[in-house]
Amino acid sequence: MRLDLDLRATGQHVIDRGDFHVLFKALRRRGYQVVGPRVRDGAIVYDALDSVDDLPQGWTDEQDAGHYRLKRREDPALFGYVVGPHSWKKFLFPPHLRLWRARRNGDDPGFEVQPEPLPDTKYAFLGVRSCELHALFVQDRVFLGEKHADPVYKALRERAFLVAVNCTQAGGTCFCVSMRTGPKAQGGFDLALTEVLDGERHYFVVEVGSERGREVLQDVPHREASPQEVAQAEERVKQAEGQMGRTLDTRGIKELLYRNLEHPRWDEVAQRCLSCANCTMVCPTCFCSTVEDVTDLKGETAERVRRWDSCFSLEFSYLHGGSLRRSVKSRYRQWMTHKLATWIDQFGTSGCVGCGRCITWCPVGIDITEELRAIRESDGLTRGGGEEA
Amino acid sequence: MVPRPWRVVRVRRETHDTKTLELEPTEPLSFPFQPGQFNMLYVFGIGEVPISISGDPQEPHRLVHTVRAVGAVTRALCSLKRGDVVGVRGPFGSAWPVEEAEGHDVVIVAGGIGLAPLRPALHHVLANRGKYGNVVLLYGARTPRDLLYRKELERWRGRFDLQVEVTVDSAGEGWYGHVGVVTTLIPRADFDPAETVAWVCGPEIMMRFTVQALRERGVSPEDVYISMERNMKCAVGFCGHCQFGPEFVCKDGPVFRFAEIERFFRVREV
Ligand SMILES: Cc1cc2nc3c(=O)[nH]c(=O)nc-3n(C[C@H](O)[C@H](O)[C@H](O)COP(=O)(O)OP(=O)(O)OC[C@H]3O[C@@H](n4cnc5c(N)ncnc54)[C@H](O)[C@@H]3O)c2cc1C
Ligand code: SF4
Ligand code: SF4
Ligand code: FES
Repeated sequence: MRLDLDLRATGQHVIDRGDFHVLFKALRRRGYQVVGPRVRDGAIVYDALDSVDDLPQGWTDEQDAGHYRLKRREDPALFGYVVGPHSWKKFLFPPHLRLWRARRNGDDPGFEVQPEPLPDTKYAFLGVRSCELHALFVQDRVFLGEKHADPVYKALRERAFLVAVNCTQAGGTCFCVSMRTGPKAQGGFDLALTEVLDGERHYFVVEVGSERGREVLQDVPHREASPQEVAQAEERVKQAEGQMGRTLDTRGIKELLYRNLEHPRWDEVAQRCLSCANCTMVCPTCFCSTVEDVTDLKGETAERVRRWDSCFSLEFSYLHGGSLRRSVKSRYRQWMTHKLATWIDQFGTSGCVGCGRCITWCPVGIDITEELRAIRESDGLTRGGGEEA
Repeated sequence: MVPRPWRVVRVRRETHDTKTLELEPTEPLSFPFQPGQFNMLYVFGIGEVPISISGDPQEPHRLVHTVRAVGAVTRALCSLKRGDVVGVRGPFGSAWPVEEAEGHDVVIVAGGIGLAPLRPALHHVLANRGKYGNVVLLYGARTPRDLLYRKELERWRGRFDLQVEVTVDSAGEGWYGHVGVVTTLIPRADFDPAETVAWVCGPEIMMRFTVQALRERGVSPEDVYISMERNMKCAVGFCGHCQFGPEFVCKDGPVFRFAEIERFFRVREV
């Protein structure tokens, strides 16, 4: 009861850097598998974490269109980078997933379908940025529909424990402020941390977002945050807000794109786009998939596997006789119009959360904010010739 | 989400490349569907494709599918024999608005295999004939050899409460019927454009010209419905393949009011 009284003061808590490792223990004790950022192959990726030592302490990333480089920081920050090529979607929407198996009954032409058991992994995502939380909300709308829900996504998502980290530094390709998705996590997490390095002091200001979060926090040494500590944290998030590497003007964006489907800029960007699909793979909201049906050599068992797919591939729109989106132009247009416009009609939200990954990881540095700007600046310009049959 | 096994109880050869399969569930099961909806049909180890339900909606215990062999899965479906088993997921998608059309003239325009998803709608209309005004079926195929449901077409033609017009793109010997694309039948059809609802299915180019010809006769795009075709993997709005502008053809379609999708229908490679 004492504690509740204390909470009313700032409503926030502090975990000192020296106690941070206990969070891992607290999560593991509750059966969570902790996944989060670590350095691998010159990038910060998301993978299983054994301990606090796996975190990218003292690393940061430098990002720009078609450019990503890890650099040493001058301080030992644990979360002093932005976002890398991975996103949390790879855990909830696995890149490769068997959906079911089927078995023939002897000579009988019949067969029996055995659904895959649902996963019971309890993930704890450590270091979810605000834009990434929004990406999760976006995918929730895709996979947890009223009529149909993806059972694997649902099972994993419901169990997942989310430790958000507020950004105290923005990256060169970030534009969450434009998309109203960051840099501060506003809800939907279990715990949210803001990392503060202040001279010799290194601590995390913690906000509790759920009952589960409160329980986990009880197991980690913490104390009430002072108003000064909360102010320090807020100031750092404010700083990130002013550092956005990119901006995107979302006013009337849906109609803007709908009326510019024949804009010459699509031909222009198609000259540069390699149709490599990188942008869709790194995007935390892209959800397209395909299935493969395979049998064993004897033809007795068959299975269906789902794997990530991309609207940039030619086969994606295949109908017997040929693909519908043959030109790179039509595929780039499909992708960008989906992210920024049709998504709004489909799911009542933008499909872009402004994380900047597609800009950073495009081998030729195509920049979605720049492409939109180009169209906005010459709104209404159309390819001559009109309708083609 | 996983296919259920259904047994092939009858295979009827429609044309040189098209067959009609009749399926019964391997365990007792009622399968209510609405005209225009489709199923995902799975052939063991080969794959799964969207196929319209072409049977009579009054018979929910038996599934009828008409399949044209064009590739790996449809060829496998067409080579199934009586007793074989296919996996079925469904029914999916939107339907022809058969109830909304009550009190109106109904014009059904089909090109090629496009007759398959319209057949349940025609069955429904004929079973409730008194509720509709004039009913017209306009059907075009490439050649006389490509006509589906031949016996049924002849039976329908014999009815006094239904106008059936059939055309082929190119006639062979022994064809004394109409020659020309299906849109050329529209001027000779008997309906009141202001009171008409039209349901159209066929290749996109055929649907484009049909909507145009209907418009010229005074049918508003608000009253025209078309059934779209897109690549489909999941049929439940997850895989993204069937997107057509803001629509998911698998769950928002395949049947759309033309006026609602016109803006995207006019753009190439959407
Ligand atoms: C809603 C809907 C209803 C349909 N109803 C019928 C019907 O009643 N009868 C019929 O014969 N055909 C119908 N089709 C078309 C049928 O689905 C394709 O002919 C079939 O998918 C081709 O598969 P395939 O493996 O034989 O051909 P391939 O050319 O080997 O195709 C490879 C893959 O591409 C995809 N694909 C290719 N063509 C199409 C297509 N036209 N539509 C969707 N996916 C495609 C499929 O995933 C297919 O497995 C319908 C399509 C849709 C979308
Ligand atoms: S479109 Fe680009 S910036 Fe937007 S969410 Fe996807 S990867 Fe991030
Ligand atoms: S925009 Fe860039 S990342 Fe995306 S497909 Fe084109 S070249 Fe690849
Ligand atoms: S078929 Fe997968 S989304 Fe429509």
